Amino acid sequence: MDQISIETEKDRFENVKDPALKEETYVHTVYNEIASHFSQTRYKPWPIVEKFLNSRKNYSIGLDVGCGNGKYLGVNKNLMILGSDRSDGLIRCAYKNGHRGLLVADGLQLPHHNDRFDFAVSIAVIHHFSTEERRIQAIKHILSKLRPQGEALIYCWALEQENSRRGWKEGMDQDQLVPWVMKSQNEQQTKLRYYHLYKKGELIDNSVSAGGEIVEDGYEKDNWWVIVRKV
Amino acid sequence: MKFLTTNFVRCAIKSCDGAVNSFPLKYSEIELVQEEQDFQPEFILGILPRLDWPAILKVAADLGNTSLPSQLPEIDINDPSNEILLKDLHTLLIETQLVQGKMICENCNHVYHIKDSIPNFLLPPHLAN
Repeated sequence: MDQISIETEKDRFENVKDPALKEETYVHTVYNEIASHFSQTRYKPWPIVEKFLNSRKNYSIGLDVGCGNGKYLGVNKNLMILGSDRSDGLIRCAYKNGHRGLLVADGLQLPHHNDRFDFAVSIAVIHHFSTEERRIQAIKHILSKLRPQGEALIYCWALEQENSRRGWKEGMDQDQLVPWVMKSQNEQQTKLRYYHLYKKGELIDNSVSAGGEIVEDGYEKDNWWVIVRKV
Repeated sequence: MKFLTTNFVRCAIKSCDGAVNSFPLKYSEIELVQEEQDFQPEFILGILPRLDWPAILKVAADLGNTSLPSQLPEIDINDPSNEILLKDLHTLLIETQLVQGKMICENCNHVYHIKDSIPNFLLPPHLAN
């Protein structure tokens, strides 16, 4: 898909007024279409996430909101983690990977008790919500499920990734449709996913707006991350 | 969906948030499968205090199991006579899989479905806010 067709699709995207419908078309549907191909490319845990999970107290209970194919669910066998994802296709991949504490759920309507869980991770998920209000709401919703002092690790794609092959950098449009290319024997198909690329400081601001307290934050491999504590 | 998961999910609809009877969900027309899993007695013991035991009893009863102790007994992992109880809990919580069926909120009567072992909590648009 060339740049012109991406821009045409971007115009179409801008014209959809309902943010939930935008996400339905440019996030949920796409993940279901690319699920198994996407899943094959996602197997290596990121070091900060691994460290966060391995530093939880034994037998803590937690949530992985937007768990995809479940690559973080088995990192620490002494934790009880429930994995949820909006995409049925990705949850099926997690099931095939052997996980059994799975559910299909929306990140803004999680079917869990408030104030119960010790921790949560949400890796490369919040950037798929298409308005700032919904991104803050999503963080707030995750925090609502944690007990007081519970901690959430959140990762979002960064705008500042000049050295990546995408080459985005400061000053560029933060709302992007990003191509996913699927190759089968002799066919090539491109699907566009919506991302909000976070700029420096923005994930911290959103987390504070959601009512959280920042424990730690940083930048790793084209992503901003933050550990937020529920006050 | 392993049995243990039932202790951590309730109705997703906002107006059921504070309702006592939105948890546990009522499990109906459930098809079960036993699946062998690694036995981790320390893990079972470690998470027991985090479980809502009355909810475990209720869901087990929905599935036709009424043989559980009404109070969660004290378990000493070094006492070999406790091994049987831990094994039973492992069989129930970790190895029992809910493969098909319905989960019903007893507050609003909304029905959620389990299909091919995956429970689905997505709400239709009119219930989504």
